[in-house]
Amino acid sequence: MDHRPQAWGRPRDDVYGAYDASFMNPNGPNQATQSPIVTGTSVVAIKFSEGVVIAADNLASYGSLARFTDVKRLRTFADSTVIGFGGDVSDMQYLDRHLTSLAIDESYSAPSLDSDAGGPPKARLNAANLHKYLAKLLYARRSKFDPLWNHLLVAGLDDDDKPFLAAADLLGTTFSAPSLATGFGSMLAQPIMRRFAPDEEAAARLTREQAVDVVKQCMKVLFYRDARSLDSYSIAVVTKDGVDLKENEKLENQSWAFAERIRGYGTQTA
Amino acid sequence: MEFTTTGMLNEDGIHVDMDRLKKGEVNLGTSIMAVTFKDGVILGADSRTTTGAYIANRVTDKLTRVHDTIWCCRSGSAADTQAVADIVQYQLGLYATRNGKNPTTQTAASIFQEICYANKDRLSAGLIIAGWDERHGGQVYSIPLGGSLHKQAYAIGGSGSTYIYGYCDAHWREGMEEAEAVDFVKGALREAIKWDGSSGGVIRMVVLTEQGADRHLYLPDTDYKVRHY
Amino acid sequence: MTSIGTGYDLSNSIFSPDGRNFQVEYAVKAVENGGTSIGIRCKDGVVLAVEKVIASKLWRPGANKRIATIDRHLGAVYSGMIPDGRHFVDRARDEARAWRDTWKSPIPTADLASRMGGYLQAYTLYSSVRPFGITAIVAGFDPSQPSPVDGEVGRGPSVGPGGVKEGLTHGGPGLYMIEPSGLYWGYYGAATGKGRQAAKAELEKLDLAGEGISLEQGVKEAARIIYVAHDDNKDKEFELEMSWISDVDGPTKGRHEEVPRAVREEAERLAKKALDDDDEEEGKKDDEKMEE
Repeated sequence: MDHRPQAWGRPRDDVYGAYDASFMNPNGPNQATQSPIVTGTSVVAIKFSEGVVIAADNLASYGSLARFTDVKRLRTFADSTVIGFGGDVSDMQYLDRHLTSLAIDESYSAPSLDSDAGGPPKARLNAANLHKYLAKLLYARRSKFDPLWNHLLVAGLDDDDKPFLAAADLLGTTFSAPSLATGFGSMLAQPIMRRFAPDEEAAARLTREQAVDVVKQCMKVLFYRDARSLDSYSIAVVTKDGVDLKENEKLENQSWAFAERIRGYGTQTA
Repeated sequence: MEFTTTGMLNEDGIHVDMDRLKKGEVNLGTSIMAVTFKDGVILGADSRTTTGAYIANRVTDKLTRVHDTIWCCRSGSAADTQAVADIVQYQLGLYATRNGKNPTTQTAASIFQEICYANKDRLSAGLIIAGWDERHGGQVYSIPLGGSLHKQAYAIGGSGSTYIYGYCDAHWREGMEEAEAVDFVKGALREAIKWDGSSGGVIRMVVLTEQGADRHLYLPDTDYKVRHY
Repeated sequence: MTSIGTGYDLSNSIFSPDGRNFQVEYAVKAVENGGTSIGIRCKDGVVLAVEKVIASKLWRPGANKRIATIDRHLGAVYSGMIPDGRHFVDRARDEARAWRDTWKSPIPTADLASRMGGYLQAYTLYSSVRPFGITAIVAGFDPSQPSPVDGEVGRGPSVGPGGVKEGLTHGGPGLYMIEPSGLYWGYYGAATGKGRQAAKAELEKLDLAGEGISLEQGVKEAARIIYVAHDDNKDKEFELEMSWISDVDGPTKGRHEEVPRAVREEAERLAKKALDDDDEEEGKKDDEKMEE
């Protein structure tokens, strides 16, 4: 044991190793990049004739632990856009607050109500604008080696009031398609949605009901096969008339009864 | 989502707090919880502090006052959580004198969260904030490792909590009487102490209501049955 | 202003021997020349209204707004030097944002008034600056129901929080007026600018401190008062601009918004009618007098 006074009150090096003081050094490499801790899993979305349907379950996981079961991962912006967040929940909250202050900035110069007789004033920041903004924000943060650990989908309308759907991830990568899914959903849900909306034309022929059905089907498959998912979820339909958001949906019509016929793992019949 | 093997988080989510410690740091490998009930909130905790397998303190007080009726349960690094609690206590004191009114639990939770989120790479702090204020009644907020903020009806935390998710889910009821809520907290912490090697010692509780803060203490040698103060 | 020319009015940081800061008093003069601004604190909301003086026929109607949004639930209007008012608004927005960043919740109206009062007061202390040439009216609606922290996830118990103290009311409408000196008070009804005397007289006739009036009624009264305060013979043409804030269950859902065109035009129609009726009555009296 080290009996020098310098070592008093310190954890013993022979037991714990030398204290890692590197974090106190202002020079040298700085490790800011983390890993996500409390996380949300997939977000799925598909366009249809008049808008976009988007869904995500209400689970925030802590590793494999299903820790928080009432976390709403669909956030509305300016009553006209829905953003679905996958990945780190603390970063989701940060972005949510950031978007709130952005919305307040927008309201400083709210469009005059004089121009139209009724209805809410048209949002100046539509989904397409918002997506570009978020992608740039995510890219700026990854360039500081301090990424916001999210993969998000932006659903709403573009400049021409056409359905808009695009993704942005923690690297600032963007992608747009008639249907999109993050995380496990990109493997499990995307193939299903592509059957219904292989291209923009097909998506434009889908009705609202069809789109909602497809998304619900995807949520079910994800619950069957994603070990970080939950059967309680949020779903939103975004159209010209605004956002119809339901936050406490339960999966319906699950199929489990066939388990009855399964015995053993091959030849066994008993 | 993928988790790196070198990262801080074990896939089982159990030994998280210990892995995030700096070398040789004192750990509150802990069982903490807070619950809402009919008249307010109750915080509860074990009293074990460890460095590795050695119990550095067997009568620790992990329930920390940050304002008259706003308290927190600390888990993770003792040094980090004490530092954070000290900052918040100062901020809330300042808020009260400046504004001439008591801060709300939400206010406290917001300050806690800002610190935990902004310093997420440097801290290992898992906190539960619980408080009573006349406008919002009893409230419980949980701030896990990454610095997110979760409002909950009741919250459990620390390494011991993973052993009692089932117990709590099965026994939890909303709007309990004070005595029932005390029994719930005690029953849950007893299980956590029983199964988690990093939890142990006495059970401490604080009941927060309109009447203020009321401390409870239960000892293992009387089978946690007798209330000492 | 008997002290003009004595030298004590040349610097902001110098008192006159009888304890006055003349620069501040001159700033008040700037306010007294500006278009009339009023605010009415109603039972279920607040209304702001301003007589926007049309200085040029080349202005597009409805453009160049005078009432500003500070935060979702906060608005402000001012009389006096417009650029000073714009800076006031900028600063108020910064204060509101800083409050949100720190406390993750909207700034209470009273706290914003306090911050801005402090800010204006600082401009009376130094010889290097001049006081603000405006009097501002700040209106807000602090939520009466508990609201979540910004960015909150999760819920408490579905039965609601336990131990909420009964019989207390929280939040509600707020109205404050801040003067160039930094002095501010809370008001039931506030008026400033050129027509403030007439406007105040009208505001006092409303039972704002007692029973109170509804927001709908407040909008009509606000329009009428601006028309009353405007002197057709002396003043230039004006445009009426109005905004309102209600609770979350009211017409603006807790937000500061421009009063919708239809509502404003109806209020203006009633205002003009009320004025005409008054004129007729006066006219009748005059006739009677002549007959005597």
